[in-house]
Amino acid sequence: MTKKFQSITDITAPVIAILFVILLWYFCSNREIVPAYMLPSPYKVAKAFCDNFTIMMKQASVTLQEACYGLLIGIVIAFVTAALMDRFVFLYKAIYPLLVVSQTIPTIAIAPLLVLWMGFGMAPKITLVVVTTFFPISIGLLGGYREVDPDAVNLLRAMGANRVKIFRYVKIPNSLPGFFSGLKISASYAVVGAVIAEWLGGFEGLGVYMTRVKKAYAFDKMFAVIVFISVISLLLMLIITLLEKACTPWNKQEKKKLHRRGNIQL
Amino acid sequence: MSFYHKMEILKAEKINKSFGEKQVLRDVSITLDEGEIVSLIGVSGAGKTTLFNVLSGIYPPDSGSVLLKDEDITGRPGEVSYMMQKDLLFPYRHVIDNVTLPLILKGVKKKEARETARPYFSVFGLEGTEMQYPRSLSGGMRQRAALLRTYLSSKGVALLDEPFSALDTITKAQIHRWYLDVMGEINLSTLFITHDIDEAVLLSDRIYILSGSPGTITHEIVIEEPKPRREDFSLSGEFLAYKRQIVEAMHLM
Repeated sequence: MTKKFQSITDITAPVIAILFVILLWYFCSNREIVPAYMLPSPYKVAKAFCDNFTIMMKQASVTLQEACYGLLIGIVIAFVTAALMDRFVFLYKAIYPLLVVSQTIPTIAIAPLLVLWMGFGMAPKITLVVVTTFFPISIGLLGGYREVDPDAVNLLRAMGANRVKIFRYVKIPNSLPGFFSGLKISASYAVVGAVIAEWLGGFEGLGVYMTRVKKAYAFDKMFAVIVFISVISLLLMLIITLLEKACTPWNKQEKKKLHRRGNIQL
Repeated sequence: MSFYHKMEILKAEKINKSFGEKQVLRDVSITLDEGEIVSLIGVSGAGKTTLFNVLSGIYPPDSGSVLLKDEDITGRPGEVSYMMQKDLLFPYRHVIDNVTLPLILKGVKKKEARETARPYFSVFGLEGTEMQYPRSLSGGMRQRAALLRTYLSSKGVALLDEPFSALDTITKAQIHRWYLDVMGEINLSTLFITHDIDEAVLLSDRIYILSGSPGTITHEIVIEEPKPRREDFSLSGEFLAYKRQIVEAMHLM
């Protein structure tokens, strides 16, 4: 099978699946198997999507700001934590369980607390995004640091490199693939995290808009927002994938192999 | 023994090294003359790699000293270059940036380092691979690139730890021939570890046998065959005699 043909068949299957779901949805709402006020037809949702596009864009700019600030702060914290945990075994042993436990706390449970502590502005939303995003990134980085071949470290020591140089020339480049896969997961968490934080108190943003249309029982608009949020998440992941390709040009071939083995990848 | 005595470039005197209770090396003394290729043979666990780690300064010895051109470099990394069994080329650096890494680590600017390295690519049979990633090189080429990196970081002395052991027989035979050729062109004194007695006899001027626990130097064998070596040296009676001498010294027979 040629490569081109393969990539076409790769796309065909999911496209058929999506079309099938939309058709099923259309059928259900058209035949009123599910009442129309509960499940608006795909056409209505598409119309709501177009009609409310500018409003949603305006709200999205707030949500995206929260998500991006949160993600950036998350990256910085993850970077520092992972570096310290790699350097000091004691810290690794002490912090690792805490990190795992922190992930079992449901986001939705701490969001109202954050709102109570920090008010209705951006601060609680950004904090929530930081809390949810830094874990996958730091785990990705840490994995990369710890998987470095000890012989490679010895080689650099024999070349007279100190810890900082070993970190820069071996550990950091080695951690890039892990960092980016963590970042991709975090990007989708970031948008969802910001939206959830907005539900629980705020003046603007997609989450606030969502609660507003929900209260008005405007289900078509509600669905439109949901679609809009997943499109934003997908776009963010796409940007990160492009960034990853630009930052790890040596990895090209490996990626293709992974893809063929059927790993989930954007 | 040779009739003339060249300058001693590397000298290790009475190296002792223990890890915890276990003594690995006892009173190991070796010398390496300028331009010489010297092999270190020994059964697994005799402490060959430990000796290299001491010579390269990764571990300090418990006692004894390492001298490079009469300067004490005991426990000082970055003086003697070291090539390990694995090529350890970094997949994320272009071949030329892999090769120049030791220069970059010493603070040389990237551009200058590349200029320094470029002329050697043809000597090492790597021309055209400068801007490729290591993944696209064959096993033999990767090994040569690793050797070039070792050469560029050296102050005339390189330690090679089983550099060719991962290669298949044919590639190995080719790289041996190439190695002897290239050593005639560049000024490098090498000390290398091998398990392969044929390889040791074929390439070396002298062979040390390290054995026992803790490891000590039990034999020193000089290969009198002049260099460049004739094509059929490895099929000659002398070759076999050297091989027998080594096998007997190692109590393998």
